[in-house]
Amino acid sequence: MTAIATKYEVVVGLEVHAQVLTQSKMFCGCSTDYLTAPPNANTCPVCLGLPGSLPVINRRAVEATIRTALALNCEIPEFSKFDRKNYFYPDLPKGYQISQYDLPLSRRGHLDFDVKGEPRRCGITRVHLEEDTGKLLHEGAIHESQASLVNFNRSGVPLMEIVSEPDLRSADEAREYVMRLRAILQFIGVNKGDMESGQLRCDANVSLRPAGSTELGTKVEVKNMNSFRAIHRAIEYEIERQTQVLDTGGRLTQETRGWNDARGLTVSQRSKEFAEDYRYFPEPDLPPLDVSRTWVEEIRASLPELPAARRERFVTAYGLTPYDASLLTSTRPMAEFFEETVRLGAPAKASANWILGDFSRLLNADHNEIQDSSIKPRHLSKLISLIDSGAISGKMAKQIFDTMYRASDPGPALEAAGGSSQISGDAELAAIVEQVIAENAKSVADFKAGKEQALKFLIGQGMKLSKGRANPQRLDTLLREKIS
Amino acid sequence: MNLFQRTIRDLHQMLIDREISSVELTESVLDHIVNVGDKTKAYLLVTKGLALRQARAADERLRSKRDIRPLTGIPIALKDVLCVKNVASTAGSKILKGFTPPYSATVVDRLEAEGAVFLGKTNCDEFAMGSSNENSGYWPVHNPWALDRVPGGSSGGSAAAVASGEAIAALGSDTGGSIRQPAALTGIVGFKPTYGRVSRYGLIAFASSLDQIGPMTRDVADSAVLLQAIAGHDPCDSTSSPKPVPDYLASLREGVKGMRLGVPKEYFVAGMEPAVEQSIRDAIRLFEQQGASIEEVSLPHSDVALPAYYIIAPAEASSNLARYDGTRYGFQAGGGRNIIEEYMLTRQQGFGAEVKRRIMLGTYALSSGYYDAYYLQAQKVRTLIIDDFKRAFTKVDALLGATSPTVAFPLGAKTQDPVAMYLNDIITIPANLGNVCGISVPCGLADGLPIGLQIIAPGFREDLALRVAFAFETATEFHNGRSPLMGAAA
Repeated sequence: MTAIATKYEVVVGLEVHAQVLTQSKMFCGCSTDYLTAPPNANTCPVCLGLPGSLPVINRRAVEATIRTALALNCEIPEFSKFDRKNYFYPDLPKGYQISQYDLPLSRRGHLDFDVKGEPRRCGITRVHLEEDTGKLLHEGAIHESQASLVNFNRSGVPLMEIVSEPDLRSADEAREYVMRLRAILQFIGVNKGDMESGQLRCDANVSLRPAGSTELGTKVEVKNMNSFRAIHRAIEYEIERQTQVLDTGGRLTQETRGWNDARGLTVSQRSKEFAEDYRYFPEPDLPPLDVSRTWVEEIRASLPELPAARRERFVTAYGLTPYDASLLTSTRPMAEFFEETVRLGAPAKASANWILGDFSRLLNADHNEIQDSSIKPRHLSKLISLIDSGAISGKMAKQIFDTMYRASDPGPALEAAGGSSQISGDAELAAIVEQVIAENAKSVADFKAGKEQALKFLIGQGMKLSKGRANPQRLDTLLREKIS
Repeated sequence: MNLFQRTIRDLHQMLIDREISSVELTESVLDHIVNVGDKTKAYLLVTKGLALRQARAADERLRSKRDIRPLTGIPIALKDVLCVKNVASTAGSKILKGFTPPYSATVVDRLEAEGAVFLGKTNCDEFAMGSSNENSGYWPVHNPWALDRVPGGSSGGSAAAVASGEAIAALGSDTGGSIRQPAALTGIVGFKPTYGRVSRYGLIAFASSLDQIGPMTRDVADSAVLLQAIAGHDPCDSTSSPKPVPDYLASLREGVKGMRLGVPKEYFVAGMEPAVEQSIRDAIRLFEQQGASIEEVSLPHSDVALPAYYIIAPAEASSNLARYDGTRYGFQAGGGRNIIEEYMLTRQQGFGAEVKRRIMLGTYALSSGYYDAYYLQAQKVRTLIIDDFKRAFTKVDALLGATSPTVAFPLGAKTQDPVAMYLNDIITIPANLGNVCGISVPCGLADGLPIGLQIIAPGFREDLALRVAFAFETATEFHNGRSPLMGAAA
């Protein structure tokens, strides 16, 4: 990669399609549930494109798009409109897709993210709103299939297209950009971020140019990447393929290539000569949109704290590294889990380490999400306190955590670790109290002089001596008795 | 007088007086369809069973005096571009053969709520593209005044049905004159409301920014009654206007005294038949005698309306008609080796020549590299035409002119020359582009063929158009003229 990077500069721009989580479709009242409903159950004359049917704009979808655009620091023009994108395909029942061409809902924004702790900024060209298509199912392999089936449940589901500037310079950057974008969409509640089911889809425009050049090279559009890993691999592959073509004196053709995940390569789908002319023109069935400033401000005011701001706060308020803060804020549930754990008394650094370390490792192995785990912030906070008090060793804690993770209720495992070994007997505690007083004369004097804080320190020392097993309430009582 | 010869209002009175039943009335019309239907070919489908069912329901309503509306029990014909739930709706095209919509157009729902009786689907030019009804994918319609003549188009079936007594009234659709021109050529009243006055939901689209549904009736008061029933905002059509609908009958009789009526000099086009021009000049004089002041006005961009229309309408049509690919409903050619070939075969065989011509025109006009020169330019012309009307309406209340430069021409006379055919609509098209309303009323005969007077009023001033038209009708006898197929008053 370094050799390549010195010779050519990688230029990547991404087009991300994200479904909008509305109850009803973009232009009709049908439910957006296309994953679990029986085929073609959620359809009507409008989303089936029957003769005579007309679209009606779903205001909530427009609102979600503006919300997204604001979160991506975009400008929201006062005037916007829908256009028709004309092409023939069996999953497109009207023969055109209602989309936005020259007056999208938003433009000129940016997204901040980082690659291994290094800050990056990618320009956002536009965020616009369109309708999703139906879904084709082929009997057997597509090339041999005698029939194709169409399910129009997805037809008309609101879909945002988020187009980036060609500001990304590596596969790493592209992947981080999409991860950060996904986090934002989840944070503001417009998309669940599931790439496998197609709620979030990504196309990449990849080109190379001689290092130092400002002109863009011939771009190749790569489609069909449905995981972060696929995005990374496909772009890496494409960089290497294009480098080879250029190195051997060849010329690149502007084309669309599909990523084949199983074979780990991209395959040419169509070249520019056969590119469609979409014959965009203003959708005559829909009046233009007047986007009032009041509305935009209302939406802006309702935005939650965004990942970038939260990340910043995690660094300043909790003293985390930018890298850890970035990872913790990559999903809203994870960020919330972390904050709750800290709020319950666990130190920030330890909480972050647990969440990003053992916890994430276990979750990833199971393809599980933090919010779905039986381990809750109170469990982690308790476990950390047991380690800090010395009741259990770090090594023990890892084993206990593992047991907690696998249990439907982590409580008992935690109890067993902490509760049973606690020293509450006054006889045993008396020895500890003696030792603490003997070794900390200054704090004892401070407490006598009225410094309540000093007692806390002494209790801490007692906990340390007992490896965390002492009952702190009893320690408190006994120390007070002994000193006074 | 036979029942099928009467007007909506006459029949309404007879129905509420229990002088007749809706079933009797409906049977009278259905019988007449049997008698003359082979001559006019006005219907693509007669829904006898549905009509009689609705008539019985209407009679029940009339009997119990429950929710009686002006159209309760009145037999009405629907142009085949209107979707009626569970009734074959083809827009006059073979490509929609076998298509039965699972829903009804908003106007159809509204008429149904009134208790109207649906006689059937009337013939029309395929997807409403044409001025003679000869572009029907099924068969041409014959003018009830002279069977060797066209009835005009595209709502030729609706016009012929009303003019022959095969319907008391009908709905048509007008994109560039498709209600007004056939109304003129068959001696009836045809009204194109302002774009947005009537919901387009369920109207099989030709050109979405121009299409408008309107009434085709025996006289002006009937037109007001029918428009009243279908006008008004529809949440299913975002281009329908939320403006309140006035009571059209209330202002009908206010006359034209003191009104300023404009005569656009550009509307006396080259090629206008002398008899047509004479009738229009006579009509203008009549308004003057009734106390209106007449003023010559100019609509300077009228000459570019037709070319602009033949960019905008085909462009929208090329997109609207893309859905007819044979994969989901209607005609499917079969035999294609892959999906693209199947699309091509279906569209080759399913669409007629004029529809294909317009799809090609429109596709070309929207193509990358030509969009600015054609579509965008045509939209600019449209703005100029809107401004022409706005300027004229600062000086006058309504405009007068011919509806069609000629009377009904013989079948086959213009089929070989699309441009000659397009010129039929030269004085109706500006009203569609200009967002105004226009009504055609009978104003004379030339060699036994009807002539139509067009009255154009500002946008959403349907009340004004109706009032001027009613004043003319009241002072003349032209609307009482009956086509030979309608028969003399017996």
